[in-house]
Amino acid sequence: MTSKIRVATTSLAGCFGCHMSFLDIDERMLKLVEVVEFDRSPINDIEHCSSNCDIGLIEGGVCNSENVHVLREFRKNCKILVAVGACAINGGLPALRNFVPLEECLAEAYLDGIGVENPQIPSDPELPLLLDKVRPLHEVVKIDYYLPGCPPSADVFWKFLTDLIAGSEPSLPYELVHYD
Amino acid sequence: MSKTITIDGKTIPFEEGQTIMDAASAAGVYIPHLCHHPDYSPHGSCKLCNVSVNGRICSSCTFPAMDGQTVLSDTHELNEDRRRITQMLFVEGNHLCPGCEKSGNCQLQAVGYHLNMLDNHFPHFYASREMDASHPDVLIDHNRCIFCTLCVRASQQADGKDVFAISGRGINKHLIVNSQSGLLKDTDFEATDNAAHICPTGAILAKRQGFRVPIGRRTYDHKEIDQVSLAESGYRPNTTLIAETEQSQYDE
Repeated sequence: MTSKIRVATTSLAGCFGCHMSFLDIDERMLKLVEVVEFDRSPINDIEHCSSNCDIGLIEGGVCNSENVHVLREFRKNCKILVAVGACAINGGLPALRNFVPLEECLAEAYLDGIGVENPQIPSDPELPLLLDKVRPLHEVVKIDYYLPGCPPSADVFWKFLTDLIAGSEPSLPYELVHYD
Repeated sequence: MSKTITIDGKTIPFEEGQTIMDAASAAGVYIPHLCHHPDYSPHGSCKLCNVSVNGRICSSCTFPAMDGQTVLSDTHELNEDRRRITQMLFVEGNHLCPGCEKSGNCQLQAVGYHLNMLDNHFPHFYASREMDASHPDVLIDHNRCIFCTLCVRASQQADGKDVFAISGRGINKHLIVNSQSGLLKDTDFEATDNAAHICPTGAILAKRQGFRVPIGRRTYDHKEIDQVSLAESGYRPNTTLIAETEQSQYDE
């Protein structure tokens, strides 16, 4: 028996909505795991990518230093890297903070905002540092495929993965392409 | 003997004075476009309607049809150009579809769908652009303006006003409002103006209309922009002819 295709997934500056939509393939997941084995993913809590992942699915844009490290780990270990959803492709709604200076964002959230008690900007060394702007994935690493949508529908995941697993060039027909 | 051009090998008649776009639309051939609208004088700025005319690239919305032209439009190369142009429009402004009321009714988005544009390719500008919500009935979100000038033309040519203009050049280009304060509330602009409804993106939106039509039931959610655009420009697939033929069969 040939070994299964290794799929890793993660959410960076995303809301896990794309992962929820992926799970909406429902009973088709049983067919999928006949040929796919999940590597690093919030689905199984594996913390790091094996060196031989075939497909990496990444939800969310890049908003902090940890996102950059995770994204680079995926790029290093996945043969095919996929930007999943609006945030991964163009920064999405988290990128709305790009129009406000970072200092003002932090002040509004932790110092001056309504209902803030004990105002202080979090500075624990364990917290990843924020980037000045939220960035889409393709500005940080090479991305091989894009699945647009907020979120991409379960059928988008299914069409894309079944195309890829069948060894054909993935394509999305008109009715599966949405930016919203 | 009527004059004809060919577009992608299809013979298309035209009348003197028609542009290639006019002739194509009348014959049911869709050429992607954003700044063109059949009701207003052409502007030729978005370059999506670029076609090859006898081997040279021209804007089909401004280039006059002439007898015997060989026009190529739906080619791999031209569609690749169109996709890149659309991607440039997306990264230059701030087009975040999930949070936009125009989503599903947006021509910029629909052209992206039509061209199977799945990513934005270029680095994003995240340009800092303002909103003008001063007018009681209509708002301007400059984040979504693509400088097509359709509002400028609609205001001048249909509404008999002069509410909008484009100012600045290159990366400094922006939509301005013709009032002392620069605000829309200080103009004679009304929600019933043609210019209030002509914007191909979500840059000019009527207020208090949000989600009146739910996402998923909007214009381009189920129909491609080629059908919608041809129908709007007056093209009717030959259903009447078919109906007449069927009727004449009964008559016999």
